[in-house]
Amino acid sequence: MTRAHDMGGRFGDGPVVPEPQDVMFHADWHPRALALTLACGSLGLWNIDVSRHARECLAPMDYARFAYYEKWIAALADLLVRTGALSADELASGRADGGSDLASKRLEAGAVAGVLAKGGPADRPGTVTPRFAPGDVVRLRKMPENMMVNGGHTRLPAYAAGAPGRILRLHGTHVLPDSNAHRLGEAAEPLYAVVLRAGDIWAHPEHPGDEVILDLWDSYLELP
Amino acid sequence: MPHDHSDHDHPHGLLPPDPALRVRALETILTEKGLIDPAALDEIIDVYENRIGPRNGAAVVARAWTDPAFRAALLEDADPVLAGLGYYGRQGEHMVVVENTEAVHNMVVCTLCSCYPWPLLGIPPGWYKSDAYRARAVREPRKVLAEFGVTLPEGCAVRVWDSTAEIRYLVLPRRPDGTSGMDADALAARVTRDCMIGCGLAVSP
Repeated sequence: MTRAHDMGGRFGDGPVVPEPQDVMFHADWHPRALALTLACGSLGLWNIDVSRHARECLAPMDYARFAYYEKWIAALADLLVRTGALSADELASGRADGGSDLASKRLEAGAVAGVLAKGGPADRPGTVTPRFAPGDVVRLRKMPENMMVNGGHTRLPAYAAGAPGRILRLHGTHVLPDSNAHRLGEAAEPLYAVVLRAGDIWAHPEHPGDEVILDLWDSYLELP
Repeated sequence: MPHDHSDHDHPHGLLPPDPALRVRALETILTEKGLIDPAALDEIIDVYENRIGPRNGAAVVARAWTDPAFRAALLEDADPVLAGLGYYGRQGEHMVVVENTEAVHNMVVCTLCSCYPWPLLGIPPGWYKSDAYRARAVREPRKVLAEFGVTLPEGCAVRVWDSTAEIRYLVLPRRPDGTSGMDADALAARVTRDCMIGCGLAVSP
């Protein structure tokens, strides 16, 4: 089954509440949680797919009740302990128990702007020939699950799984999250924008000709 | 087959439950440990509160409205165009710009998390990260648009882009009527964050 984060198409969430453009955070700890998470990323202990998966691995009850940045901070604490950067005792006591071998990797204030500007591109030199070209008709994999790791990370949403689609464009060759989230290698694959018709994914579409477009890796796709 | 133990491993429960105290406790431990420089956190916050935000995207949109060659290059291959303007970086490494027309209205969501083009729009607003938006934008985009006060003209199709990979999308909104004499700065002032996500329209005079 899917995890709590995979909520596209879910019913019952109520209205979307627009906000003025100048509202960025709703509490002082929100920007702190954001910054703490970004700064810890520089320690090099995980990649973006590992960190997304850590948030998705929160218990469904926690995922649902936690505010957005609460999910971030909980997943960050989990990752820091799982990778050995902090001990469970340190989290429990709130005090550091000695220094860390990783201190040399600490993100310094003067390096912040450069690190954020540098980014972390996900495209890789292409070694796999794309199976599909723009215009091709495909079918999305039936199971919205990681095919290598039971309960693992995937970026195939449940609402789209099994649907017919059409290749819109080839984005290039990109790191495969299903592998990278589990430290099984980047396993880069061709990545496509794939068009789905609303009438093919919803029983009661607002307009059957409306479209949803997803970015999907080669191994998420099958011949129709 | 590797087994994933993470379902059974949630040490975050050892931290205080109150989120503000939780963040402070983690920052304290990490600072004592030498893993965090609190001044670096201040700097990250300053970047996203004061230096990177929707004004970047608005400048790009205004230029696309006034410079046909720029617009064509932006829609064809946005990355070199945006990088040339200095709009590159974390969560904006692979950009695609999609254009709203009379026939098609584009709208961007990330149903699985909260992917968003940071170098052009800054940190996503609360509603973009909300369960309601993530759940509903793909199934009932027209109802969601109505909640933003947007009604599309008859015959206009909706295209919702679910940001499932590291590609980030920026909507090029339609230029409002009655703005033909305006320069790029005046036009940029009419470009809201929401219209570059596809949940609004550029502001008419």
